[in-house]
Amino acid sequence: MSITTFIIISIIKSVAVVGVLLTAVAYSVWLERKVSAHIQNRWGPTRVGPFGLLQPLADGVKFIFKEDLTQPHVYKPLYIAAPIIAVVFAITSISVIPFGNWVEIGPWGTYLQITDLNIGLLVVLGITSMGVYGVALAGWSSNNKYSLLGAMRASAQMVSYEVSLGLSLVGVVIMAGSLSLRTIVDAQGGVFWGFIPRWNIFHGQTLGFFVYLISAYAETNRTPFDLPEAESELVAGYHTEYSAMKFAMFFMAEYANMVTVACLATLMFLGGWHGPIAGPLILRDIEPVIWFCLKVFFFMFLYVWVRWTLPRFRYDQLMAFGWKVLLPLAVANIVYTALVVALRA
Amino acid sequence: MFHLILFLFFGAICVAGAVNLLVQSHPINSALSLIVVMGSLAAEYLLLGAEFLAAVQVIVYAGAIMVLFLITIMLLNAGKEERTKGSRVAILIGVPGVTIGAVLVAWTLVGPSSTTHSVSIGALWGSPADIARLLFHDFLLPFEVTSVLILIAIMGAVVLASKPEAVARGPRKDEG
Repeated sequence: MSITTFIIISIIKSVAVVGVLLTAVAYSVWLERKVSAHIQNRWGPTRVGPFGLLQPLADGVKFIFKEDLTQPHVYKPLYIAAPIIAVVFAITSISVIPFGNWVEIGPWGTYLQITDLNIGLLVVLGITSMGVYGVALAGWSSNNKYSLLGAMRASAQMVSYEVSLGLSLVGVVIMAGSLSLRTIVDAQGGVFWGFIPRWNIFHGQTLGFFVYLISAYAETNRTPFDLPEAESELVAGYHTEYSAMKFAMFFMAEYANMVTVACLATLMFLGGWHGPIAGPLILRDIEPVIWFCLKVFFFMFLYVWVRWTLPRFRYDQLMAFGWKVLLPLAVANIVYTALVVALRA
Repeated sequence: MFHLILFLFFGAICVAGAVNLLVQSHPINSALSLIVVMGSLAAEYLLLGAEFLAAVQVIVYAGAIMVLFLITIMLLNAGKEERTKGSRVAILIGVPGVTIGAVLVAWTLVGPSSTTHSVSIGALWGSPADIARLLFHDFLLPFEVTSVLILIAIMGAVVLASKPEAVARGPRKDEG
């Protein structure tokens, strides 16, 4: 493949993936409003388009045309940079996520992934760990005590839960023997006894899966760990002073992070794009992508479901839970997996 | 060619970040410049083919240690620093010394007698498996001893930071 074709294909893939991601972000907001409404016996958005499906579009227009207030007491350079940092790192982390297998269109073939690195997993963890700067700087530069308290909570929580999040994935890495996301998914193909899929969640990593899931909720600041923006105590936490498009960027970053975390859960524990495949040849190319999207959708639905089911933790409980429960469980999972793999080898 | 341009680009960002770190008078801006230095160093490692090192550089230094720096600065709410004229010793001895050192290093690296040459991604020996074999096989004892050393340092920090009566009383009962 010449360098020009490579660059053109990469640009097309990047634009397509970012476009799909941003649409998914917009419709996760719609999903959240709709599902939470039905959980509370309401209707949710119904006015804009059928089933309120055009609501994200209306919201976007509203965010753009709202007055963009900048308080006189903020530290302006960082106040403006913070939402940009948050949204840039949230979107960049999608770049190594594989969505499906090899596809061929005419003479060109490509993996459904922007780029495959042999340290793909570490790249995702590295980029998401940078996202905490957006939150921390937003809280500090706003020069507001609620914002600062929210940012402090968010940074401490994200740094703490990153440890158990990273360690919960080590079991999967040991089993696959690789840090490349594509190899990890490939290792999960096939079935046990003809009907149980060989996904890691059914293959000894059940504990790792639940530790990952809980840490991921804390890492994305979602209920029951949404203390950084606990509205009953902190107004809105780190984004109290933000309005219009700057606020929308924090919103986008949060939902993009949720999508990334859901993609990672799918790839690491639920077998990525693996699933029953049938039908004519043209469908066989598309079906893996559909399986992948369905699994990610399941996690997004679970986010909303949990949010309207569980109450919020207290802050000391949150820290104690992270360090005294999740961390030992994650380490135990590593020891157990390593022993089993070593004994089998 | 592409690699060289990228390498020089990130090298320039790295040096600019380091200079900005010293020039800025506000601690937060200095800390952010240090993050830029760490990030561009990671990019340089990546261009040299040390992918694992690059990822660890971002995760550990830029993603964890610098967050703690930033939190500390925010909690102390450190204000702008006052400018001083600087000491005469630094100007008379320090500046010429640094210049001579930089010239010497540059001469050894790129001068006529140097044996260094450029590499491309993947040419170096530094995949995660290689590093793991070194750490957990060849240098297992030094690695484990270092980790015990760090553990002792952490325990020492906890003892130093806590109030003396709290240490004598033992762990609090009402935790949880």
